[in-house]
Amino acid sequence: MSNPQQLRYSKEHEWLSGAEDGVSTVGITEHAANALGDVVFVQLPEVGATVTAGETCGELESTKSVSDLYSPVAGEVTEVNEDVVNDPSLVNSAPFEGGWLFKVRVAEEPADLLSADEYTAFSAG
Amino acid sequence: MGRNDLARHALGDDRPMSSNDPSQKRRTALDALHRSLGATMTDFAGWDMPLRYGSERDEHNAVRTKAGLFDLSHMGEITVTGPQAADFLNFALVGNIASVGVGRARYTMICQADGGILDDLIVYRLGETEAGSSHYMVVANAGNAQIVLDALVERVVGFDAVVRDDRDAYALLAVQGPESPGILKSLTDADLDGLKYYAGLPGTVAGVPALIARTGYTGEDGFELFVKPEDAVELWQALTKAGEGVGLVPCGLSCRDTLRLEAGMPLYGHELTTSLTPFDAGLGRVVKFEKAGDFVGRAALREAVENLNHEPPRVLVGLVAEGRRVPRAGYPVVADGQVIGEVTSGAPSPTLGKPIAMAYVDAEHSAPGTAGVGVDIRGSHEPYEVVALPFYKRQK
Repeated sequence: MSNPQQLRYSKEHEWLSGAEDGVSTVGITEHAANALGDVVFVQLPEVGATVTAGETCGELESTKSVSDLYSPVAGEVTEVNEDVVNDPSLVNSAPFEGGWLFKVRVAEEPADLLSADEYTAFSAG
Repeated sequence: MGRNDLARHALGDDRPMSSNDPSQKRRTALDALHRSLGATMTDFAGWDMPLRYGSERDEHNAVRTKAGLFDLSHMGEITVTGPQAADFLNFALVGNIASVGVGRARYTMICQADGGILDDLIVYRLGETEAGSSHYMVVANAGNAQIVLDALVERVVGFDAVVRDDRDAYALLAVQGPESPGILKSLTDADLDGLKYYAGLPGTVAGVPALIARTGYTGEDGFELFVKPEDAVELWQALTKAGEGVGLVPCGLSCRDTLRLEAGMPLYGHELTTSLTPFDAGLGRVVKFEKAGDFVGRAALREAVENLNHEPPRVLVGLVAEGRRVPRAGYPVVADGQVIGEVTSGAPSPTLGKPIAMAYVDAEHSAPGTAGVGVDIRGSHEPYEVVALPFYKRQK
């Protein structure tokens, strides 16, 4: 699998897009989606909520497990992906596209995220 | 997403594994084939087994509507032979094994002297010689095979019977689903129409000698094929080819778990443990007090039956979610803010399209339709409907 070059990645397997008008998009990686198996339920932060980098902001359930969702960035949630709430399988079928999770007005740019190549090496290890 | 979450492909099997060292994990005869098919592997009772090949939901649905092919070589086969094999198994197990006809199989249990369940088993009566010596195969769960073997070896003392560890003598492939009879028929001359549910006969499948059994753990019609490990790859490939046109797919243990859960079948370590008797698990019918002679657990199980009347135990029920959050093993079942039971198995049900669970609950909350029952899902009380088991029963 290939991790898009324009995204940055957390060690908790979330991705973060570059900010457009100060707003970035968050999702989980294909590696994470594959490891989880079929995602059946997602709980996302509410619009307007403040998220903190490295802290829990939601939940992903698959057939076999439940995992915490960590925010890779600090800021205010501006939008959540209602499509993925209604059809969690989008996380598996299009983790970098239609399966995005939420958007954040970035309060502080995170310093410790990985590049695509760094994440590819990290997730292979 | 935490790293540990990714590493934790929980099958809910909490029993100690034989080793955490990957080099010590046991691999089946089909291991290389699973890897070439891109399987996600998981540790199950010390074995490295396929969890899923692609989407576990698709694999589940294939078994319900078409057919699925499983590697179950981790299951533990124990052969029992001898003139007193039947008497011995009647003493060692709770069922009436002597009454099983040649070519038939029986679902049964092995209990401790205190009545606690050591394992649930399928016993096949494979043959009988003119001299009156019987031949049985006992199939135990992978995680309990050594415990069952040890118990049988201990209990056989004094009987003219031999207990043999045949765990390495067999690979086990299962073909399950409505298309499975057609697939198998194309590969064997064996009389499958005459082979009833819970029967087994020796035969040849795709040129490979096999014990063909009409058993399974999915709630569908299907077959389990016990073969020599060296024949496993050839048989897998023949079955795959024979199933190509009718939608057969390789299936992992993940969908096996959701299939058995929908079918209301217990899993050792979840619905069955050493601290429960067969009566506690609602499976008292497997205990045959009427059989001749003593058996291990008889006195304690007799007492357990008498206690049922004045001290109703928790009852195993089905729960169906009204919401979408999935109950997991160990989550408390609640009513009016009080804990009234515990979930033993839970999963999103592909067939029902909702999360389902099996749970032990206090008797007064166990009737189907009981109002106000919920599951405490990480602090949030989610409403659940109490239903009778199973969740799914195939149309015959």
